[in-house]
Amino acid sequence: MAWLEKHVPKMVLAPSFAVILFFVYGFIGWTAWVSLTRSRLLPRYDIVGFIQYQRLFDSPRWDTAISNLFIFGFLFIVISMFLGLFLAILLDQKIRTEGMLRTIYLYPMALSLIVTGTAWKWILNPGLGIEAVVRGWGFENFRFDWLINPDYAIYTIVIAGVWQASGFVMALFLAGLRSVDDEIIKAAQVDGIPTLRIYSAIIIPSMAPIFLSAFIVLAHLAIKSFDLVIALTGGGPGYATDLPATYMYALAFSRGDIGQAASSAMVMMMVVFAIVVPYLYSELRAKND
Amino acid sequence: MFTRTTFAAATAALLMTGSAAMAGPKAEVLHWWTSGGEAKAVAVLQKEFADNGGEWTDMPVAGGGGDAAMTALRARVLSGNPPTAVQLKGPAIQEWYAEGVLADISDVAKAEGWDKILPPAIAKHMKCDGKWCAAPVNVHRVDWIWANADILKKYNIKMPTTWAEFNAAADKLKAAGVTPLAHGGQAWQDATVFEAIAKGILGADGFRKAFVELDTATLTSDKMIAVFDQMRKMRGYVDDNFSGRDWNLATAMVMNGEAAFQIMGDWAKGEFMAAGKVPGKDFLCGATPGGGFLYNVDSFAMFKVAGADRQAGQKLLAKLIVGKNFQKVFNLYKGSIPVRTDVSLDDFDVCAHKSAADMAAASADGSLLPSYAHGMALRSAQSGAITDVVTAFFNSDMSSADAVKALAKAVKNSL
Repeated sequence: MAWLEKHVPKMVLAPSFAVILFFVYGFIGWTAWVSLTRSRLLPRYDIVGFIQYQRLFDSPRWDTAISNLFIFGFLFIVISMFLGLFLAILLDQKIRTEGMLRTIYLYPMALSLIVTGTAWKWILNPGLGIEAVVRGWGFENFRFDWLINPDYAIYTIVIAGVWQASGFVMALFLAGLRSVDDEIIKAAQVDGIPTLRIYSAIIIPSMAPIFLSAFIVLAHLAIKSFDLVIALTGGGPGYATDLPATYMYALAFSRGDIGQAASSAMVMMMVVFAIVVPYLYSELRAKND
Repeated sequence: MFTRTTFAAATAALLMTGSAAMAGPKAEVLHWWTSGGEAKAVAVLQKEFADNGGEWTDMPVAGGGGDAAMTALRARVLSGNPPTAVQLKGPAIQEWYAEGVLADISDVAKAEGWDKILPPAIAKHMKCDGKWCAAPVNVHRVDWIWANADILKKYNIKMPTTWAEFNAAADKLKAAGVTPLAHGGQAWQDATVFEAIAKGILGADGFRKAFVELDTATLTSDKMIAVFDQMRKMRGYVDDNFSGRDWNLATAMVMNGEAAFQIMGDWAKGEFMAAGKVPGKDFLCGATPGGGFLYNVDSFAMFKVAGADRQAGQKLLAKLIVGKNFQKVFNLYKGSIPVRTDVSLDDFDVCAHKSAADMAAASADGSLLPSYAHGMALRSAQSGAITDVVTAFFNSDMSSADAVKALAKAVKNSL
């Protein structure tokens, strides 16, 4: 009986553990192996070294994809966090219609990124959307053609992404704001400290864990972004808005270049690790202390 | 007791006829012809197969211009159970052969005399190591230029026969406020225009050197710079909203008189026809300047399958695909022309007649060329690398000299 009590949890968890071990870590290992081969249409298993990684870093399209990831990731995370925090603070002023406003701001999160992307594609299309409307008002020289301008197209993805995610970040921060101890705030108010300073010196610093979770959620959204790009720009104009995920898909499924796709998947995974590992490390260390 | 035995015998007899019927030719066919005219075209083949006693298992996988079907194919081949026949084309056939999974259908080809009725340049694509491993279905011409007849008449413009003429006509139209070129800013459409220009400026030999042999000297030659210069000119002839536009919407622009020309393969003809437009009257078709003929040949590759019934199905399918009746009916639906040269073209339109005549002429003088943009000339990794450069050039202000350098580098990187 005692033996059972001790081992039942392990036995219950074992199948899912085995499945994850195989389907997640097993296939990470498989991808790593294939990325070292000359696989084309079908996977091959004779290792030839780092040739696929050399090809990857020689490819101007991959350069574009990686630099797009950093532009998109940075702006998406920073603007979403800033807007989310700002909206949360505004909503936190004990206003009457808070419930309704909160729902409205949170609503974009309920949409699929494909829907967001398609809607923004029409809104940003110079011949149909904002540019056409403003020109229709009589401003004939108004230009807003970021969607078809290869230098600016990546920013349209930031716009759509921020629209989608900032409501969610707002909800996170709103919960955080509510969890700050009322007593401290009241004490500060009694001392006559201005509201702005209460926020900057007391409330926001005490929400550090929320910032971290928001950052992790947004960062992984940014790295795995695929559907938004496909729906909004299709990676174009040219390949100006390619991200590593769309690059990998194109190489694996349209180009029959599995080895190259595997190497790009490995690089993507390393980028994710570079962000997640420090987070896990700090979390675990905090618990051990 | 007696009745029971009779019953058992009757059942056994029934089962036997049943299994005899099951042993007829069988084919499981993987394809991505699922839209309107294409689906009708496939139904023709299905019916003909059934009429000859065959049992057809349809395996349509739509999506991504065949990408989804290729993924399904990979899974089936890796699990050791490939379909009987798969819609494949160009060097992809030889690539799959190199993986050791294609069957040999040379006996059908010999019996039907394929060597005599197919243009040699196209027959070459159907052979793996000298053995026949695929059956051709149709010939799409890629280097067409479609024009709105009313616009051309109004501005007194003739179908261009040189790129200089095209530029002069386009400048004239642009000055008059008409969009000269309907174009969709998708990589494969950029590549389609690019290869039409390359065919005109490089000539047949230059095109073959550049896009079949990937000869570095040709890829970086002054002529290739001239190709990119013309491409840069084309960029000035498209409207502002071309990014991401689908090809059929660009065709509709020509149809509705919003644009004068479109450079696109003959599947665009299907769009005109579906809208009730008459070739030669409402719209004009002409070859892009510079001679030659760029083909995109659809075909079915035959995979190694086990079982006499499936092998018989494979051979029957191959025979029917190249058969005269199917070649005619299918291509009337699809907008392409028959791949064999001895099919009567009486029911076809003027554009198809021109296509067939040009193909025969090109086949005779060696300028029958595989389309690189549609996967007939190169492995997809290589053609994709070229398309990346073309589309990056078309959508930026890269200089032509930089473009040929990038082209040479991309080709080297893709090998």
